[in-house]
Amino acid sequence: MAGHTGRYQRRLLINRWNLAMSLMTMAFGMAFLLWILATLFLRGFEALAPTLFTQMTPPPGSDGGLLNAIFGSFLMVLVATLISTPIGILAGIYLAEYGKDGWIANVTRFINDILLSAPSIVIGLFVYTVYVAKVQHYSGWAGSCALALLAIPVVVRTTENMLRLVPNSLREAAIALGAPMWKVILMVTLKAVRAGVITGILLAVARISGETAPLLFTALNNQFWGIDMNAPMANLPVVIFQFAMSPFKEWQQLAWAGALLITLAVLLLNILARTLFRQGVAK
Amino acid sequence: MTATATAPMLTPADRMPLERREPTPPRQPMTSGRWQDALFERTTQAFALLVLLVLVAIIGSLIYGALPALEKFGAAFFVTNVWNPVTKQFGALAPIYGTLVTSGIALLIGIPVSFGIAVFLTEMCPPLLKRPLGTAVELLAAIPSIIYGMWGLFVFAPIFGDYVQPFLAKTFGNIWLIAPLFQGAPNGIGMLSAGVILSVMVIPFIASVMRDVFEIVPPVLKESAYGIGCTTWEVVWNIVLPYTKVGVIGGIMLGLGRALGETMAVTFVIGNAYRISPSLFEAGNSIASALANEFNEASDPIHLSSLITLGLVLFMLTFVVLACSRLLLAQLAKSEGRQT
Repeated sequence: MAGHTGRYQRRLLINRWNLAMSLMTMAFGMAFLLWILATLFLRGFEALAPTLFTQMTPPPGSDGGLLNAIFGSFLMVLVATLISTPIGILAGIYLAEYGKDGWIANVTRFINDILLSAPSIVIGLFVYTVYVAKVQHYSGWAGSCALALLAIPVVVRTTENMLRLVPNSLREAAIALGAPMWKVILMVTLKAVRAGVITGILLAVARISGETAPLLFTALNNQFWGIDMNAPMANLPVVIFQFAMSPFKEWQQLAWAGALLITLAVLLLNILARTLFRQGVAK
Repeated sequence: MTATATAPMLTPADRMPLERREPTPPRQPMTSGRWQDALFERTTQAFALLVLLVLVAIIGSLIYGALPALEKFGAAFFVTNVWNPVTKQFGALAPIYGTLVTSGIALLIGIPVSFGIAVFLTEMCPPLLKRPLGTAVELLAAIPSIIYGMWGLFVFAPIFGDYVQPFLAKTFGNIWLIAPLFQGAPNGIGMLSAGVILSVMVIPFIASVMRDVFEIVPPVLKESAYGIGCTTWEVVWNIVLPYTKVGVIGGIMLGLGRALGETMAVTFVIGNAYRISPSLFEAGNSIASALANEFNEASDPIHLSSLITLGLVLFMLTFVVLACSRLLLAQLAKSEGRQT
């Protein structure tokens, strides 16, 4: 009897120990999240100033702002979103409504899932070899293309997943009214999952607005104000990279301010996407 | 007031027997939407094929760009440790080694932590906290890679070098066989720091896959185990984990794919040196960080081509790993579908 209880005690002890460890791992993850965010807020707010939004990136050793970089990032992300949204939605429609379990759809789905996690620096390398190397100069267009290539798989994935949630009775009802298939898809099913598709687009925007690696060889950087997408274009991530790696105090300060801005934007987009999705599904 | 008085006025057509009434033809012939339908289907298909085309184009362009280096150095490119832009001699062993070692460290830390987080979220967490904590873990994945890099260089590396590395050197530095791993100056920059930061970056990916697959375990299986007196840990270890084994491995592969290709965070802290050293404290280089640091400065065609070859190696490596991950997860989904 004593042996029995002893063994039982041991099992309980192992259970308690392992569950405590599990709690510790959760704390470990949260600690890193809080640590990173706290660093960012402390150092970022210190460097935050109104001049960030009114002045251009400075030469080494002087004060300045990030206006050209913020604008450049905004423009490139906007163009990339405009390119990737229709492509992603149409490809997603094919997978969910036409291709279904055919081999084309299955292969596309598989490849899309791989591209979803493919290293972004290789996408930059790809755009460099097929575009930048041919025209012999870096440009905002090239940067937008690289970002669009990263956004497309996200949009395809969410569009397909959302369309698959639409009950077939909805499609059948529309078809029974005599609507052709393309009208059924565009005006009934796609409309029914509008919130989900927008969620996907927001997540894609959140993903590409923080990407640095694909812009290094495509948009490069530009110290001056410019709206010419055909020239090297200033953008926040690359500015942060260059300024953070530099030995100048002013530049490092600006890098922290930029890092805070980018992270706030990305986290807000993520939270917005999640709440929108939840509301859309609840409806 | 007779029944006939209330009868409505009847038109001649209504007086005809029902079976003889002519059907009115539909305003549009039924076929009118067909060519638009076909056009729409082809258009969507073309965009789906575009995704495939992108993959083919990526592989094709990388191979094309890599040809000069492959012709000059041959297979030796992958196994020689030399990187000299002046003498134009290039070999990829050091960056490949750095990529594998940092990803290995990331998994070594990331797998147990992710497992713990997934167990916590599925088995222990109060329902009220489940969603916020799950979201918080996923936010770790949303933080841009460059932020990890800056934080790693300015905040994490100094602390790591001052406190953790001396501790590791003291603890493991005298143990036979693993002692060489912890030699050298503890300055916070190097393979180990890069690996630790990578581990934090892959945890959200592995943990959320693990959590999702843990949740598909049929409750009746767990309940029967609890019913015969199993503890929570025994249920997790003996019921949940074997049931979801394939999916768990798929999640780990997904994390590995992410770790291999991670660029900015590694570039900041790995130290950027073409060196293969047994010590994890030493500076090294990964494929992605080599590309990020050097590609814009490379002007010589053979140097460029060597860097593109590195990119090709990285893409192939992640492609295989991610493909395995997808196949494993698909297999779990399929067997799950068969059982229910």
